[in-house]
Amino acid sequence: MSLQLHGAVGRGAFHRDASLSVNDGDVLAITGPNGSGKSTILHTIAGLVSLLHGTLKCNDDIWDAPANQMFIQSEKRSCAVVFQDVRLFPHMNVISNVAYGLRAHGVNKQQAHAQSLEALSQVGLHSFEFRAPHELSGGEQQRVALARALVLKPQVLLLDEPFAAIDTGSRIALRRLMPEVLATFPGVTVLVSHDPADVESLANSHLAL
Amino acid sequence: MKLTRSSSLLIAFAVIAAVFLSLPLVAIFIRVPWSDLGSMLSEKSTRDALLISMQTSLIAALLSCLFGVPLAWLLARSSLRGISMLRVVCITPMVLPPVVGGIALLTAFGRKGIVGQYLYDWFNISLPFTRSAVVMAQVFVAIPFLVLAVEASFRQSGRELEDAARTLGASPSRVFFTVALPAARPAIVAGLALAWARSLGEFGASITFAGSFPGRTQTLPMAVYELVSVDYRLSLVLSLVLIFISVGVLATMRDRWMVGR
Repeated sequence: MSLQLHGAVGRGAFHRDASLSVNDGDVLAITGPNGSGKSTILHTIAGLVSLLHGTLKCNDDIWDAPANQMFIQSEKRSCAVVFQDVRLFPHMNVISNVAYGLRAHGVNKQQAHAQSLEALSQVGLHSFEFRAPHELSGGEQQRVALARALVLKPQVLLLDEPFAAIDTGSRIALRRLMPEVLATFPGVTVLVSHDPADVESLANSHLAL
Repeated sequence: MKLTRSSSLLIAFAVIAAVFLSLPLVAIFIRVPWSDLGSMLSEKSTRDALLISMQTSLIAALLSCLFGVPLAWLLARSSLRGISMLRVVCITPMVLPPVVGGIALLTAFGRKGIVGQYLYDWFNISLPFTRSAVVMAQVFVAIPFLVLAVEASFRQSGRELEDAARTLGASPSRVFFTVALPAARPAIVAGLALAWARSLGEFGASITFAGSFPGRTQTLPMAVYELVSVDYRLSLVLSLVLIFISVGVLATMRDRWMVGR
């Protein structure tokens, strides 16, 4: 079971070749300078950007293959993203944010609530369920975003510079939490970072752009 | 602050503008026959015009919202070719002389109009000079106000939250209703108020397409226009009603427009 991308990614005038292969349980770190295409690769895997050419496969499913006019929409991919800029829904409380994906997948309200509470516990925020996103620190918001992704039990977890937009104190706490979370995550993880320390502590393979 | 010659001139011009804008409204307040206000407002023709105005403008505002919000979303999010041209077409009624809007509606939906002839021949539906025609004319002139306000909000809030929702498995319609729409709620409320105020004040397109039949299609602005030469005092009273409603709409949107002290 693996994620494979071979081809060219791009957005607007930018494009570059990309090739990666990650197995279940592994964490691939993508590093590189700003503008090198790290986030574009992640967004291509998530289905927010189309592959220019080549193939993107998850296990035996083709997610994107322009030559064959194959493109699986973002919402149909078993893939969850933790964005650098967090992107919690400001009009929903914490538990509704975490349960959002489950509800979108047709899980009933009670089950979604129970599973979301469990995911919040996993990231150490079990008592934060009724808080509004703006009442949380940057680090807490990012942990909610992590819970929102993990609760879906995706085949692919994409982490787009998850430590970049938070304060130093929160960053330390999140860095401490992340290895525990990733150790129990059974699927493929792709982490984008510009910090060599993240690569060393979290990843077992590395793609430098 | 020490006033220089140029700043004194600026202030003088500002005062002239403020007086020019407020004086006509003050004049109505001064000349309104306050002692007869109650009896004039309770006259049947006044009540009919007020009722038709309220009924048609509220329906027009709701229809503008129902169709205008999805249109605003399409204009803000679509990258299709020709979307800029569609935007121009959609906001044209804002700058079009309303009477031209009325002629356009007649040409499209009149009994011999390009659509209206089939409505009449096939379904025996005749739209001109009906209350539905009043509503159509009001929607035609009001919907651009709502579309512009809401489209700006969709553009401002960006795609980021909607992309996040999609990666969590939400279908496009779910993304629209659970993420895009709540984010645009303040703009929708403001757009709704603007559309309602514009519908309420609509005159040119309505009188051309729907006529001014008391008790059937005559709205408050039409009644004011007809009363000017017949019963000037009553036209002042109806104008006062329209002023109160307009000021009320502005007051509900004070956070958006009334900045400062």
